[in-house]
Amino acid sequence: MVEWSDQERSIITSIFASLDYEDIGPKALSRCLIVYPWTQRYFGGFGNLYNAEAIKTNPMIGAHGIKVLHGLDRAVKNMDDIKNTYAELSVMHSEKLHIDPDNFRLLADCLTIVIAAKMGTAFTADIQAAFQKFLSVVVNALGRQYH
Amino acid sequence: MSLSSKDKAAVKALWAKLSKSADDIGADALGRMFQVYPSTKTYFSHWNDLSIGSGPVKKHGKTVMGGVGLAVANIDDLVKGLFELSEKHAFELRVDPANFRILTHCLLVVVASKFPADFTPEAHVAFDKFLAAVSLALSEKYR
Repeated sequence: MVEWSDQERSIITSIFASLDYEDIGPKALSRCLIVYPWTQRYFGGFGNLYNAEAIKTNPMIGAHGIKVLHGLDRAVKNMDDIKNTYAELSVMHSEKLHIDPDNFRLLADCLTIVIAAKMGTAFTADIQAAFQKFLSVVVNALGRQYH
Repeated sequence: MSLSSKDKAAVKALWAKLSKSADDIGADALGRMFQVYPSTKTYFSHWNDLSIGSGPVKKHGKTVMGGVGLAVANIDDLVKGLFELSEKHAFELRVDPANFRILTHCLLVVVASKFPADFTPEAHVAFDKFLAAVSLALSEKYR
């Protein structure tokens, strides 16, 4: 089981309490598709991904970004058992979506950068450490049931 | 994943905006890296203070960003332009190349936090590619 200090818990809940999902979700996913273009392989049915501008304004990508970001909510609510919380989703990402789990790390890195851009200098090293720890636990849990 | 002329132009444009704050960026990225990735501190056991804002961290942040600036100036031939630094990292410093990715990530986070309007996804991909190419040039002589 992952150990969380009180400070880490409070940092995570605070970030998500003030998170603008409609803004951050689309930004994180579109940035991932632009910075790591091979991730576009999973979005064949999402319309025009021809260039950065198309990706940024694609409404299907935007909607999916919001959905994925909300997927983190269950981890925030169950910080002491993230592994089991994501067991079913992990199976789904493996058996149905066939997503290489390394992509979870790429999306997590892009989300960190989008949050850093939003928070500016308020995104201190402490906050970065807690946020990245949280994301890496989620990323591990999502890849855990792959077979 | 070599740098296209579009990538190089984007890197130079971003660097033009960043270079005045290069020292601050370097110090912030380095201090942050030590805190978020404690394993990176193993290379600096000879320093007395690795905390954010300390003298050694500020000084070294400036050194590192000097290297990035040198790389920008030699963007058309990084292996040649970074020859001496490459030898230094291979034979003297012997930093495990995995750490280049870690420092790159911290640099990107700091640039995003200080220059959110300029660090567009397009600038991000070019700069990430560039820093990956720099890392490769620095580890050129490792084996």
